[in-house]
Amino acid sequence: MSEVLVLVDHVDGAVRKTTAELLTIARRLGEPAAVFIGLGIDNAREYLASNGATKVYVVDSADMTDYLVAPRAEALAQLMDRSRPAAVLIPSSPEGKEIAGRLAIKTGSGLLTDAVDVQAGESGLVTTQSVFAGNYTVRAAVTTGTPIITVKPNSATPEPVAAEAAEETFEVTVSDAAKTARITDQRPRRKTGRPELTEAAIVVSGGRGTGGEFGPIEAFADALGAAVGASRAAVDSGWYPHAYQVGQTGKTVSPQLYVASGISGAIQHRAGMQTSKTIVAVNKDEEAPIFELVDFGVVGDLHTVLPAATEEINKRKG
Amino acid sequence: MNIVVCVKYVPDATADRTFNAADNTVDRTSVDGLLSELDEYAVEEALTIRDAGEGEVTVLTAGPEQAADAIRKSLQMGADRGIHVIDDAIHGSDAVATSLILAKVLDRTPYDLVLCGMSSTDGSMGVVPAMLAERLGLPQLTLASEVSVDGSTVTVQRDGDVATQTVEATTPLVLSVTDQINEPRYPSFKGIMAAKKKPVDTYALADLGLADEDVGLSSAWTRVEGLQARPPRSAGTIVKDQGDGAAKLVEFLAAQKFI
Ligand SMILES: Cc1cc2nc3c(=O)[nH]c(=O)nc-3n(C[C@H](O)[C@H](O)[C@H](O)COP(=O)(O)OP(=O)(O)OC[C@H]3O[C@@H](n4cnc5c(N)ncnc54)[C@H](O)[C@@H]3O)c2cc1C
Ligand SMILES: Nc1ncnc2c1ncn2[C@@H]1O[C@H](COP(=O)(O)O)[C@@H](O)[C@H]1O
Repeated sequence: MSEVLVLVDHVDGAVRKTTAELLTIARRLGEPAAVFIGLGIDNAREYLASNGATKVYVVDSADMTDYLVAPRAEALAQLMDRSRPAAVLIPSSPEGKEIAGRLAIKTGSGLLTDAVDVQAGESGLVTTQSVFAGNYTVRAAVTTGTPIITVKPNSATPEPVAAEAAEETFEVTVSDAAKTARITDQRPRRKTGRPELTEAAIVVSGGRGTGGEFGPIEAFADALGAAVGASRAAVDSGWYPHAYQVGQTGKTVSPQLYVASGISGAIQHRAGMQTSKTIVAVNKDEEAPIFELVDFGVVGDLHTVLPAATEEINKRKG
Repeated sequence: MNIVVCVKYVPDATADRTFNAADNTVDRTSVDGLLSELDEYAVEEALTIRDAGEGEVTVLTAGPEQAADAIRKSLQMGADRGIHVIDDAIHGSDAVATSLILAKVLDRTPYDLVLCGMSSTDGSMGVVPAMLAERLGLPQLTLASEVSVDGSTVTVQRDGDVATQTVEATTPLVLSVTDQINEPRYPSFKGIMAAKKKPVDTYALADLGLADEDVGLSSAWTRVEGLQARPPRSAGTIVKDQGDGAAKLVEFLAAQKFI
């Protein structure tokens, strides 16, 4: 069986959940082979093996982290040459998509981005994508080269299986052309103690209706163990950092539960949350378009509804 | 600094966007279109950089006849000239083909900087700028939320998933900017009048040394197997808060096992 390369998403070896999801998908399609680029393999080895990687390629050259995107695309291209994989799966982050784009050009391979599912079809792999703000579902296939597919978070439920992950250090030759966009400084984002927005099972978002007061949003989120998100109106007002924006120009989330508070439900906001399993809204305007999407809605003032709900939840949890 | 801004004509996101039934391509003609809002940020940034020094801003688009609107709007904002690649064979091109067409134009156009938006508002792949950098063999400075130019050195801030990075490269290079970077201007009356006299060159594929089969739907490296309108969500329960809204909300969450 051919390998299916999975680009590991990690920070210094702390592997993110999307990797387990991608390995689970890879197992349907071939032999899951993890590609670990950067430092910290010692922290990642066990995680990769316990999520079914039968092979781990390690690329630890400093060029990978000193320059933007291009060296990673070269590394993957050289690995494809070596492994002749059935497909390459890459996390659908902005950076993942850029790596995938360059890789597609380098290897003459078709690229499908933002897949929410990948299945082995009769004549090859078939992806499912959600387009036009989630209004359409598209099934697509790659017809030329090796399928390069970027996969969104929460596209599969990780099914851990222990595997013997054979490890191989892979030497990459990085061209001078790939070493032109130099990363001169890196400032990690402040940790909040809450789940990662794109990975969270529950997301609670606030919009202009918060009036700048995110306290009730955060308290409600914490009662549910949720991540906090924000609309662009809230971000543009300077009430919450851009990293937490949900929507077309922010993050796309697809949690089990999405709670929109004081958010009207503009098409660009929907683009980032419409595929959530269950949608709840609190909005004082019963005409707000967000109510067209909801499974459960409360017409009311978030400043009274959320704190009361938070108190009730905390009471139930004892 | 001479700058080429790549702009896309896209169906209006607030209209009912749809597909051509015959070949599953995005319907770009019967739905009203406009300059992709995310490319306005690129045009604005180009004008700012130009005005801080000297040089010209050229806007480049590949698209159907109506895509001339996207060029016109950019010229009204203040760009100096336009290039429109227009050819029936372009219909159905994917990002791979689009980047090929744009790269061919750039091969015969002098520039120091290629500026792009963060992604198109219809396809939303966000890959054309990286593909352009790959094809042209140029540094890739993408998804910038801040840009500074010092001679031939360009420094950007890039807000990544886990960290904010400072990235630096020298021209010529490919730059893409996010919607965090500036406030795009509205065309002034003067700008609208001036735009009428600005030159727009049109190219067909043959002018770029490309054959019909190099681009378009039939040569795409991917194929749409099928598409489906998302079934409307079944109507949910909506309650008016009369002091009991929070309790009902918690009931719902508990029933769904979220608590
Ligand atoms: C190219 C482009 C990209 C964009 N990208 C994004 C994106 O990524 N994400 C995004 O979110 N938007 C995006 N937008 C903006 C989008 O169009 C909307 O402007 C934005 O989503 C509105 O945010 P909002 O719902 O918080 O504010 P509003 O639309 O002003 O809605 C506020 C809501 O709060 C309600 N409200 C007010 N007070 C209360 C209260 N006390 N209690 C309960 N409810 C209350 C009001 O009834 C109203 O429905 C984009 C726009 C463009 C053009
Ligand atoms: N047809 C096109 N003509 C000119 N520029 C384009 C075209 N398509 C994409 N671009 C540029 O590439 C950026 C990213 O587009 P995309 O990869 O399609 O999301 C856009 O913001 C534009 O700057």
